[in-house]
Amino acid sequence: MMNTKSLYQEVVLDHNRNPRNYGSLDNANRSADGHNPLCGDHLNIKINLSKGYINDISFQGESCAICKASASMMTAKVKGKTQEEAETLIQEFREMTIGKLELDSNHHLGHLTVFSGVRDLPTRVKCAILPWHTLHAALNSVATVSTEAGNDPMHVSIGNA
Amino acid sequence: MKLAESLLKSPGTPMFNIEQIRSDFPILKLKINGKPLVYFDNAASSQMPQSVIDRMIRYQTTQHANINRAVHYLSETATEEYEKSRNKLKCFINASEDREVIFTSGTTEAINLVAHGYGRKFISSGDEIILTTLEHHSNIVPWQMLAEEKGARIRVVPINNAGELLIDEYEQLFNKHTKFVGITHVSNALGTINPIKQMIEFAHARNVPVLVDGAQAAPHMKIDVQDLDCDFYAFSGHKLCGPTGIGILYGKAFLLEHMQPFKGGGDMIASVTFEKTTYNTIPHKFEAGTPPIAAAIGFGAAIDYLSEIDMSVIEAHEHDLIDYATEKISLIPGLRIIGDATKKVAVLSFAIDKIHPHDIGTLLNQEGIAVRTGHHCAQPVMRHFKVPATTRASFSFYNSMSEIDALISAIQKVQKIFS
Ligand SMILES: Cc1ncc(COP(=O)(O)O)c(C=O)c1O
Repeated sequence: MMNTKSLYQEVVLDHNRNPRNYGSLDNANRSADGHNPLCGDHLNIKINLSKGYINDISFQGESCAICKASASMMTAKVKGKTQEEAETLIQEFREMTIGKLELDSNHHLGHLTVFSGVRDLPTRVKCAILPWHTLHAALNSVATVSTEAGNDPMHVSIGNA
Repeated sequence: MKLAESLLKSPGTPMFNIEQIRSDFPILKLKINGKPLVYFDNAASSQMPQSVIDRMIRYQTTQHANINRAVHYLSETATEEYEKSRNKLKCFINASEDREVIFTSGTTEAINLVAHGYGRKFISSGDEIILTTLEHHSNIVPWQMLAEEKGARIRVVPINNAGELLIDEYEQLFNKHTKFVGITHVSNALGTINPIKQMIEFAHARNVPVLVDGAQAAPHMKIDVQDLDCDFYAFSGHKLCGPTGIGILYGKAFLLEHMQPFKGGGDMIASVTFEKTTYNTIPHKFEAGTPPIAAAIGFGAAIDYLSEIDMSVIEAHEHDLIDYATEKISLIPGLRIIGDATKKVAVLSFAIDKIHPHDIGTLLNQEGIAVRTGHHCAQPVMRHFKVPATTRASFSFYNSMSEIDALISAIQKVQKIFS
């Protein structure tokens, strides 16, 4: 079994303490709410998307440290990227948390691999992945998403929490 | 506190030796993440002593056959052992007759049985059902389903900030439409012990029957259904050192007799033709199909085990545990206990500033400590306290003071990680 503490690394704790891009966005033209009914985590993501680029992004909400740090690092990562680049990251992140991504393969996740440990904590996978689901929903103009299967826009099983 | 001290602090009776008790539970020897298991998730499900495990193995190796069906030796033995278990449960809760004890798959099924068997027959449009804010979802949803089907209305007893029911408000909810009351004896999320005897008396003065959800009470105190005078009382085996898949519904015989069956099938009938089926007598009317026989017999063995220790001794030790834990945990800065009712069982729900319960749960697990985090299937309670979730440590008589010390230092460690 993995050492849980490796998930709570300084970078994760730091993003939890001082989340980047936290708050609202005045010029947002995309917004989505994500909700994890099992633990009560919820967050809102706002994006300013123009000409296929994520010009600006913000998030807000109440969640555990894993979810908050994941959201913070995600927003920092996708800001300035194209929609396609963001979708690739979403896909890679999702595969990483369910153990389907080779960490030494040619992926684009960079520091985000600090979250690879959640694959050994099935009940926490949903915490890490919620911001990414919500980003996907916002990019595709879906107003709300839930980590519970029936409402899951990505139609993936992400473990039983 | 050192072990010797904790032994001294345990109830005055020399009968209670915590180390000896702990050695009855093989799972307590486990190490989790290299640390001795500290099991504080007893409200979700308790652990099983060796004697219960052995009893189920003995049944399965030497006594198993289907019950109530054949004249051969094994079927008769299995039937007899199954019925002996029913009798043990009857004595455990001081019911007046064995037939008032119905085996169900657990508390949830017992409540659904009443919502269906009593509710669908006797509750109709415009009627009101009183529940409380402290209910587990399993004592809310079956009544909501019934209310929706019948056009009945659910009324809810509010709580104060200690997590106690407001009894004045309860009494004011009664009117001529009130047809049923469902109350949890003990709150699973907070540990509050409700004054159910008084509440039952009030309802009975208005001819309203009362179901008590005893899932969190039966493991912690002596239950006397005749003294309480409740009409129904439900609890689960797996929270009482027994197996999963078994529980009971106690019901007063005259009520059970007037209720409609819940499930149709074998064993619940007296005779069947395609024109008409005559139902069997209670309790069989409510036990359609082959029950979990080994589980029922294991449940009986768990009752033997608990009775041998004595519920009052268990209650006293658990009282010491919650007093000690409350005192110690209150000293932790930034920690807030959720639910500090004057009367409560050994359940400690808490929130820590700026640390989400799920992070606490994951990090405590790293220290070998099992707690529950989340809404505890009691979202109305969470809403009252304006928290999405809490961390809950729920104790059992086999927990020790030194385990509480381990919890306290693990919480301090978590706070340090997040500081
Ligand atoms: C108060 C209360 N009622 C009912 C239940 C449901 O019990 P079971 O899942 O065994 O049917 C529980 C279990 O958590 C409970 O705590």
